[in-house]
Amino acid sequence: MQNIDSFSHTRGESVYLDDIPVLAGTLYAAVFGSPVAHGRITGLDLTEAKAQPGVVAIFTCKDIPGTNQIGGIVPDEPLLAEDYVYYHSMPVALVVAESPAIAHAAIKRIRIDIDPLPVITDPRIARASGELIVPPRTFRLGDTAAAWQSCAHIFEGVAETNGQEHLYIETQGAYAIPTENNCLKIYSSTQGPTAVQRHLAHVLGIPMHRLEVDVTRLGGGFGGKEDQATAWAIFCGLASFHLKRPVKYSLDRLEDMRMTGKRNPYSSDYKIGLSADLQIIAYEVVFHQNAGACADLSPAVLERTLFHCTNSYYVPNVLATAYSCRTNLPPNTAFRGFGGPQGMFVIEAAICKAAEELGIRASVIQHKNLLQTGDEFPYGQRVQSEARNCWDKAMDQYGTINLEQEVARFNQQHQYRKKGMAFMPVCFGISFTKTMMNQSRALVHVYTDGSVGVSTGAVEMGQGVNTKMLQVAALMFAIDSAKVKVHTTNTFRVANTSPSAASATADLNGKAVQIACSAIRQRLVKLAAEMLGVDEVSIELRENKVWSSNKPTEISWEQLVFAAYVRRISLSEHAHYATPEVRFDPATEKGHPFSYHVFGTAVTIVTVDCLRGIYEVDAVKIVHDFGTSMNPMIDQGQIEGGLVQGIGWMTMEEIIYDKDGKLKSNALSTYKVPDIYAAPKTIDIHFLKTDRANPAILRSKAVGEPPLMYGLGTYFALRDAIRAFRPDADPAFSAPMTPEKVLMSLYPEEAVSLTSLHKDAEHAGKQNAVVNTQSHG
Amino acid sequence: MIHFLLNDKPIATSFEPRSLLLDFIRYHQNLVGTKVGCREGDCGACTVLVGTLKDNDLTYSSATSCLMPLGNADRKHIVTVEGINMTGLNGIQEAMASEGGTQCGFCTPGFVVSLAGFVLDPKPPSINRGIEHINGNICRCTGYKSIERATAKICGVLEKRNSAVPVGFAIEKGFLPGYFGGIADRLKQLPSPEQEGHFATPKFLGGGTDLYVQMPEVMQRANVRFLAKDQPAAIRQEGAKCIVSGTASVSDLINSPIFHSSFPEIFRFIKLVSSTPIRNMATIAGNFVNASPIGDLTIFFLALDAELRLTNGTTNRVVALKKFYRGYKLIEKEADEYIQSVEFNLPSPDHYFNFEKVSKRTHLDIASVNTAMLVELRDEKIQAAAISAGGVGPFPLYLEKASAYLVGKKPTSEALRMCIEVAQSEISPISDTRGSAPYKRLLLAQLINAHFMGLPQTAS
Repeated sequence: MQNIDSFSHTRGESVYLDDIPVLAGTLYAAVFGSPVAHGRITGLDLTEAKAQPGVVAIFTCKDIPGTNQIGGIVPDEPLLAEDYVYYHSMPVALVVAESPAIAHAAIKRIRIDIDPLPVITDPRIARASGELIVPPRTFRLGDTAAAWQSCAHIFEGVAETNGQEHLYIETQGAYAIPTENNCLKIYSSTQGPTAVQRHLAHVLGIPMHRLEVDVTRLGGGFGGKEDQATAWAIFCGLASFHLKRPVKYSLDRLEDMRMTGKRNPYSSDYKIGLSADLQIIAYEVVFHQNAGACADLSPAVLERTLFHCTNSYYVPNVLATAYSCRTNLPPNTAFRGFGGPQGMFVIEAAICKAAEELGIRASVIQHKNLLQTGDEFPYGQRVQSEARNCWDKAMDQYGTINLEQEVARFNQQHQYRKKGMAFMPVCFGISFTKTMMNQSRALVHVYTDGSVGVSTGAVEMGQGVNTKMLQVAALMFAIDSAKVKVHTTNTFRVANTSPSAASATADLNGKAVQIACSAIRQRLVKLAAEMLGVDEVSIELRENKVWSSNKPTEISWEQLVFAAYVRRISLSEHAHYATPEVRFDPATEKGHPFSYHVFGTAVTIVTVDCLRGIYEVDAVKIVHDFGTSMNPMIDQGQIEGGLVQGIGWMTMEEIIYDKDGKLKSNALSTYKVPDIYAAPKTIDIHFLKTDRANPAILRSKAVGEPPLMYGLGTYFALRDAIRAFRPDADPAFSAPMTPEKVLMSLYPEEAVSLTSLHKDAEHAGKQNAVVNTQSHG
Repeated sequence: MIHFLLNDKPIATSFEPRSLLLDFIRYHQNLVGTKVGCREGDCGACTVLVGTLKDNDLTYSSATSCLMPLGNADRKHIVTVEGINMTGLNGIQEAMASEGGTQCGFCTPGFVVSLAGFVLDPKPPSINRGIEHINGNICRCTGYKSIERATAKICGVLEKRNSAVPVGFAIEKGFLPGYFGGIADRLKQLPSPEQEGHFATPKFLGGGTDLYVQMPEVMQRANVRFLAKDQPAAIRQEGAKCIVSGTASVSDLINSPIFHSSFPEIFRFIKLVSSTPIRNMATIAGNFVNASPIGDLTIFFLALDAELRLTNGTTNRVVALKKFYRGYKLIEKEADEYIQSVEFNLPSPDHYFNFEKVSKRTHLDIASVNTAMLVELRDEKIQAAAISAGGVGPFPLYLEKASAYLVGKKPTSEALRMCIEVAQSEISPISDTRGSAPYKRLLLAQLINAHFMGLPQTAS
């Protein structure tokens, strides 16, 4: 079944935040952000800005009636700066005006005096300075200290991954409308409507039941609108609350990139030990997470890094420590994979390093150590593994031995073009690691004409969750999908929701829909049995009809529904679901945090132009564990899209802050995500179908985040190609592998000699201090 | 008064011509299918089609409405996604929906409109050509494969078009609504353009693709003179000389038979320059005047030793492109002058021309370093040479010494090595988001190396 939104999407009729028709009297907000990354505010002059025609009000922290605090996990994030600023573009004041242009123009007339303080952008420096968001955490299995003695080979090193800009094509935004009795309706482009409601209630000092947050859909989220959507909604809510006027704020791209956090960069130290027959015996790792200036979701991201620090491998002795380091960057946050990819990159780097030193292919070590059912993770859970199934199927399905030979042959035949190849197995745990969040609710109404309305806590952001919700309801009632409508996500209809995140949205909300539909169905079946004078067990709902003893009856779905209404039987149900079995004890760092795991293997082949340092991804061939996919078209789209996003992170997407904490890659002209030519020429996906019972909705395993990590294979394939040209090349394990890093790895001596010859010229160039302002080349 | 057709509807508006077409469409006409993504022409969510009538021939090209001033819509047919909606899904929309080419849906209308441009493209259809039409559209959800499949599906239908007229065929096949058939006649009936008023120091505007990124607020208040209004785009040949009007777009170059015969690899070169909609809008002269250190077209024409004909309406003068740049963003042009035309000698069969560009993302990105080289090779010796380089100095550089060094030399690896060494003495790259200074030095060396690999004697 195709995405239920595809009709309105392709016709341009789907409604996003900025498309909501504005009410008369609507005002427009814009945020004045700090011009420096760290300092003490000594003066703020709003006079000139306030005097601009069309400026209605300017709010600061002094105008907050409740608490100036929006930190979700740790209360360390003021909505508006008080005495100090902690990152460049941190919100200081909120301008509200009659048009967006007036609001933006007024911002330029605000004067601020700040005594600058030292700026930290490097997480290792932050750790050394004691700047930690939360105390460090350590996961342990076995005894690494004792295990080193039994290792035949030990390798150590550093591995780093940079951040990643979400680049949802729809920027952040919100629209607040005052309703009677000091209530507000908030349209928000958020993955977490309840977070918006809760924090806004806190900021305004009013109860949550006065705040209706409504979400139709997002133009992309990827984690960037989980926590980071909240502030914009609160700004609109705060202004609307004070002014009793509708207030809208749809960020422009530069504001969005400048003011929002990104995927957490990591800098990590690893030590890996292998036996003579290449079993990984021990693995120690220290993660330095760059959290930015506030906790945001970083402590939870950090936790998932630890959960996935051994990726898809069984390692009997593990010591993994993680530091969440406070820097003067915008608060970094959730991004598809949520710390998992950052953790996996390090062990993949460690295995790659070991293989290179031992003169073997990394795939030999990878394959040897794949998880087997019953193996224990460092966090105590035992695995139901499909790791080997996926890997072996990939070898078989794609003839990887032949592929390796073809790559070798190509490399012998070409001087300046080299291919590289890498395997990337993935094991990803499904559930919120915070056990409390693994709950959901759904509200299902059957109307007297037989049409069905479904409301859940799930937010549609392109992942197709609403289509899946509709499928569940249609299946449960055995009716045409056209009879079901999935409604907006609304805090007045479904309360206390968890954000749409952690790949778990379809599972959590789908199960709640299933329970709600099941209860209504049970009442309808009982009624049908009475109407037909037969036993309930012989009744079935099938093909829009009541069936009895495997035969269709005269009673249609619509007739049955209306009969129930006449008999005053409830046609509505509000259901609650809590994921069974999940638990985790942070005191021991052990438990059973995941409902299940998703597995897969990707084989990546790239070609590097060794003259120019540029490259192409030829093919990514994947075997993915879908369970029993309830919607292969949507699930395939998640794999393809996640993969390309991961490739972007590993190749061209380069976040650059200067030493003063100011974002340099601040526009689409300076931050590049994959375009259509950058996608792999071929993506093959084999659906590993497993009939085994699993706790996923309709046994269709979660698919949102896991494929992003297939993108890591591109990094290691590029490294393989570089070493095919230059076997002694040893570039730092530092993603992304930009064309610059490729070329500098291919010609390190030339780079040094050319530069040393021209030190003076370089100096003269700096004096020009030119800014590159070309827009399109 | 600006007159144009917006989808099926005639527009006669005194709305500010300097304002952006995107804002007019979305916030004035309330056609919200055209989305705001970046406002710098880099995402394609605001793509529209621009139908232009020229010599009774109606052709469509895509444009990012976020960089297109309303004034440039005068007497055009502007098509938004609403303008191609029919009862149910049209063939383009059906292909996108059935192949899973839409996820969050925000970029989708832009893709659909770009694909409508493919359907209207009179050139023989192929999947690659279809992809060219959507190469300015960024999707963050799908990974593009489903969109490629949708494009292939559309292409499959177009391949049966043979000699049929694209518009008629598209209507017949349910790709476009029937009103498209009457657009050419309706455009002819629009009133003639009004005479431009005289401005003391006007801001000259070609395609607007840089000006509206660099200074959108300034542009919407400036005394704008729309050059396209009375300066038709043209590329012509006079003997060995090629004369390109200042308003010619980058797409005009690709489509020019003169450029095709003189630069057989023109498409390979130009494919590295921005994206289809930007190439449709951006002018050659605009690239020169912007004076960006890495302007692709500037680098291209520097190696051809192009000359610029400047005019202020009364006096004309000629300035060599090599002499046009005096410092960072400083150009040899008075405020009241604009580039009327660009002239250069077409390469002869003894000439070898090559253009190289490397950027973080190969396509639709700004160069880390770009360079072009033209050499005349006769009797196994280099008779003349011109090498240009961008991204390695405060303005686009003509590498005078490196070029001079090559004259009289055989194109050996020793000559290459020395040429690179001389070139290094002429450049002063700085570290920025496009790369570090050492990288840019290395990259220029490699790209000069690539130039040489194209020469017959050293080809390996």
